[in-house]
Amino acid sequence: MTGSGQESTHRTIERVARESYGRLVAYLSSHTRDVASAEDALSNALIAALTAWPQSGVPQNPEAWLLTSARHSLIDHIRHQRVAETSEPTVLLLREEPKMMTLSADFPDERLKLLFVCAHPAIDPAMHTPLMLQSVLGLDAMRIAHAFLVSPTTMGQRLVRAKTKIRDAGIQFEVPQERELPQRLDAVLEAIYAAFGIGWDDMAGVDQRGRNLAEEAIWLARVLLELMPGEAEVHGLLALMLYCEARRSARRGPDGRYIPLLEQNHGLWSRPLIEEAEQQLAQAASRGRAGRFQLEAAIQSVHAERARTGRTEWSAIAMFYEQLAFISPTLGTHTGHAAAVGKANGPEAGLAVLDRIHRDDVSTYQPYWAVRAHLLQLQGKTSEAADAFDRAIGLAEDEAVRQFLLQRRG
Amino acid sequence: MQFALLVFESPVAFAARNSDESDAYLGAWRAYHKALLEAGVLVGGNPLQAPETATTVRIKDGKRNVQDGPFADTKEQLGGFTILELPSLDAALDWAARCPAASSGAVEVRPVSVEYLRKVTG
Repeated sequence: MTGSGQESTHRTIERVARESYGRLVAYLSSHTRDVASAEDALSNALIAALTAWPQSGVPQNPEAWLLTSARHSLIDHIRHQRVAETSEPTVLLLREEPKMMTLSADFPDERLKLLFVCAHPAIDPAMHTPLMLQSVLGLDAMRIAHAFLVSPTTMGQRLVRAKTKIRDAGIQFEVPQERELPQRLDAVLEAIYAAFGIGWDDMAGVDQRGRNLAEEAIWLARVLLELMPGEAEVHGLLALMLYCEARRSARRGPDGRYIPLLEQNHGLWSRPLIEEAEQQLAQAASRGRAGRFQLEAAIQSVHAERARTGRTEWSAIAMFYEQLAFISPTLGTHTGHAAAVGKANGPEAGLAVLDRIHRDDVSTYQPYWAVRAHLLQLQGKTSEAADAFDRAIGLAEDEAVRQFLLQRRG
Repeated sequence: MQFALLVFESPVAFAARNSDESDAYLGAWRAYHKALLEAGVLVGGNPLQAPETATTVRIKDGKRNVQDGPFADTKEQLGGFTILELPSLDAALDWAARCPAASSGAVEVRPVSVEYLRKVTG
């Protein structure tokens, strides 16, 4: 085979791995509940594909090929384990084998179950997002560790521990019952949004890891939407992330300078992404069930309006924040609310909202201090504003944000 | 528990120390120091003079070997250290990420070894 032919085979393998990873891991682990073994089996299959496909050509149904190969590897693994209690899941798995040999493209998509397993209440919430990134999207521990600011070894160990817990604690691969569904779905949405948040906070364009993680989060939300098309909040989450993503290239000047939302050139916002976000938000609204992510998306849609009208309707934003504070009374919500009220009704009103937050809760919360500094500056309280600016600068992680605030502080 | 943040700085960052009060890097450090104080996590620490002032001592074959310059010949050099009292490594990593030197140099985070201290001090 020629070099370029080989290259295209490698690209095919990469593409299939990306598109099918989660489907295959979910299906392989749904009977055994053993995510780690399913992942190992799939990596073996991918390695086998790297050797076989350049020689024999890419099979007609690459996903089925990978599944068959991974299944063999998994069965070998279970046989070699020779553990006494390999009884039920193994037998199930083996009994299905003949059917698998003549596998067609359609095997059940178990990714939804896998998503719910990753965000199960028995799993440490801090591990929900890393688990999803690894088992549904196939990201390696190194990359996940980078994004989460821990060493690859530590992240690797935490992932192994979480997967062992899934296997041993009797967590079922199932979509939760109606009664539990809203709460369990929230955990899944939270975990996806957390991945996006990491991609979002990390604005430094120097390394691309942040950007990629935001894209992975959007991909996860699309997967979830495909599996649960009727859930308003899934539409809401996707809309929210698309609005933010649409503004990405406007967030930095050519020199890397940080540009706050209000000063962004809206000509740089992505029109197609905003349009898609609008559609998603409309879909959500048609379900008639409000929720946190829909409200956050609604706030972003008001910001997006500026591209059409040239102005920002702050009273509408303040109102959405007020509703949001009932559903999701987080520091972020209160701070955003204060900023919007400050814009709509003046700095005193904004500071009054900020003062409702307990000071102990914000000693390390950067946005609070940035908003406070801004509002105090508008009031002309220069020295108090400078103090608040210092806190905001001292808590900032991003060099460009730091520079921006230092300049504002004067 | 206590963590040490070992601050490694670039030559540019060391040079910035000679600038006047309005320097952005200096301003960032002032703000960072204030944030540490206000959060109530600062135990101690100090900046060190530039690596050119370093002298490294070893005893080889019973003789003093004194070398002009720092121990390691790297681009980024130890510029100071901070000891923080924090509940977890994750919290220490958050503070390391906020450190102005993390953007241009590097910040190494290490837990203070209480066990070893006990062995040494008896």
